[in-house]
Amino acid sequence: MRRTLEGYLFVSPWLAGFILLTAGPMIASLYISGTSWTMLSPPVWVGAQNYARLLGDDHRFGLSLLNTLTYVALAVPLGLAVSLLLALLLNRRIPGRGLFRTLFFLPSITNLVAVSLLWMWILNPEYGLLNGALRMAGIDGPLWFQSERWAKPALIIMSLWGTGGTMIVFLAALQGIPGELYEAADLDGAGAFSKFVHITLPMISPAFLFNLIVGIIGSSQVFTQAYVMTGSAEPGTEGGPNNATLFVVLYLYKKAFQEFSMGYAASIAWVLFFLMLVATVLQMKLARRWVYYEAGEQ
Amino acid sequence: MRLNERSQLPLVAGISLRYALTYAVLMLLGALFLIPFLWMLSVSLQDAQGMFALPFRWIPDRPRWENYGAALSAVPFGRYLFNTSVITASVLCLTLFSCTLVAYGFSRLRFPGRDMLFAVCISTMMLPGQVTMIPLYMAYARLGWVDTYLPLIVPSLFGSPFYIFLLRQFFLTIFREYDEAALLDGAGRLRIYWSIVLPLARPAIATVTLFCFIGTWNDFFGPLIYLNSPEKATLTLGLNMLKSQVIGSGSVQWHILMAASVLVMLPNIIVFFLAQKQFIRGIQIGGLRG
Repeated sequence: MRRTLEGYLFVSPWLAGFILLTAGPMIASLYISGTSWTMLSPPVWVGAQNYARLLGDDHRFGLSLLNTLTYVALAVPLGLAVSLLLALLLNRRIPGRGLFRTLFFLPSITNLVAVSLLWMWILNPEYGLLNGALRMAGIDGPLWFQSERWAKPALIIMSLWGTGGTMIVFLAALQGIPGELYEAADLDGAGAFSKFVHITLPMISPAFLFNLIVGIIGSSQVFTQAYVMTGSAEPGTEGGPNNATLFVVLYLYKKAFQEFSMGYAASIAWVLFFLMLVATVLQMKLARRWVYYEAGEQ
Repeated sequence: MRLNERSQLPLVAGISLRYALTYAVLMLLGALFLIPFLWMLSVSLQDAQGMFALPFRWIPDRPRWENYGAALSAVPFGRYLFNTSVITASVLCLTLFSCTLVAYGFSRLRFPGRDMLFAVCISTMMLPGQVTMIPLYMAYARLGWVDTYLPLIVPSLFGSPFYIFLLRQFFLTIFREYDEAALLDGAGRLRIYWSIVLPLARPAIATVTLFCFIGTWNDFFGPLIYLNSPEKATLTLGLNMLKSQVIGSGSVQWHILMAASVLVMLPNIIVFFLAQKQFIRGIQIGGLRG
């Protein structure tokens, strides 16, 4: 009895927080999503109307969903590929390894607003670094953030620069592979490619799943870059040329904090949560086919 | 790591070729990662014409250090630095206090429902903040907390699942026999938590401190929605305000904006170089056992 009390006392900060900051607000959010509420006037119950409008008539929401999907579908696989390549390169005992690791990791922990400003200028069509380099190669660079077509690729390029955290997870997984596996494969005369496919990839597949899920969850919530880079000085203009970078969370932000449509914004949050949940569960289910766990773990 | 121990066998030429190739690729990628930083530094030291020179001159004739002074006086950066420090220090203290207590409970005490509660705690990490954001905002508005630091600070009193998880993983590796012995000597649980577990868990606490520092220092969304008065802004918010000011005025003072960005990034970079190991360990624990 005393031990039970002690236990609950120790975890009570989290437990109180769970009730006050997570469970309670979730219920409240569900209720709010069924109302029309501008904070100035009392809420009006509208039932499922917000959801019906959201999924039926609101083409800007549809667009934001499509933008987000496109971003996730490109940024996540490319990020995984780049960070795996970096991790594989760093997984050799070579001089200067620590220096390279630092360099690849550093952008991922720096201030995202500062990083966004930096890339706004790097991708400036006229004076930017990238188009300058392309010009030297005789290529006329695109307009990047000023173009409906290139605004998303621009954000994706920037996201690849910040993929260091993913790389560290891969690197840790690679370093955990027992060397005996490769020795045994050498004795069998396996080639480098065959070792990569039959040893390295299965052994790092749990890390792959982790990075995949974290990557999908993280990039579905892309906000700061789009807010900083694709808005002009006037509030309300965020979203880029012809709404090319109007992502779901940016749209939610506009609805909630520029238009104060709290009920509508809450329903956007629930649709986003539902889609992310489906994506995560789907990945976990599919993972049974390709993720290899050593005996003893689960 | 062990890759090349085994490849010491034959084919020395083949190996050095592979090394040369690895290095070449590393150099190329390293340059791609480094150049944006160098470019930022270079632009921040150009004069108003130098930024637009075609082709761009990486090293200006005279580095304009006064750009940094201009950036510092364009918006009250000292004020923002102070605000950000107050918020970050408060969040850090509260987070370390609450998360270590909770992690202690989840790792070293046995009580009914513990594992179920821990599973709930872990699963809330997956919950996107947007779901709870709107009711929380409305609740804080009703409490009169909007445009104060309270909505940014008070939640850390209740701990954060990711840090609880990291600390718990570490606490589990500390021998339970220490607790038993201290209990026999008549020490209470709080005493054990304070005098035995916390000192032994210093590396994990350092890791959480770093994550929490970087996360709070760089937070944009929280300050964006909760702080309205310009004088209450954080560094991150202030940088965005400076951007709006520069772009809104139609001027193209990107050298000033880059100088300000360098200043905002600098604490990150310093902390990172001082404590890279703690970061990497934290990510490894999160990624491998998560």
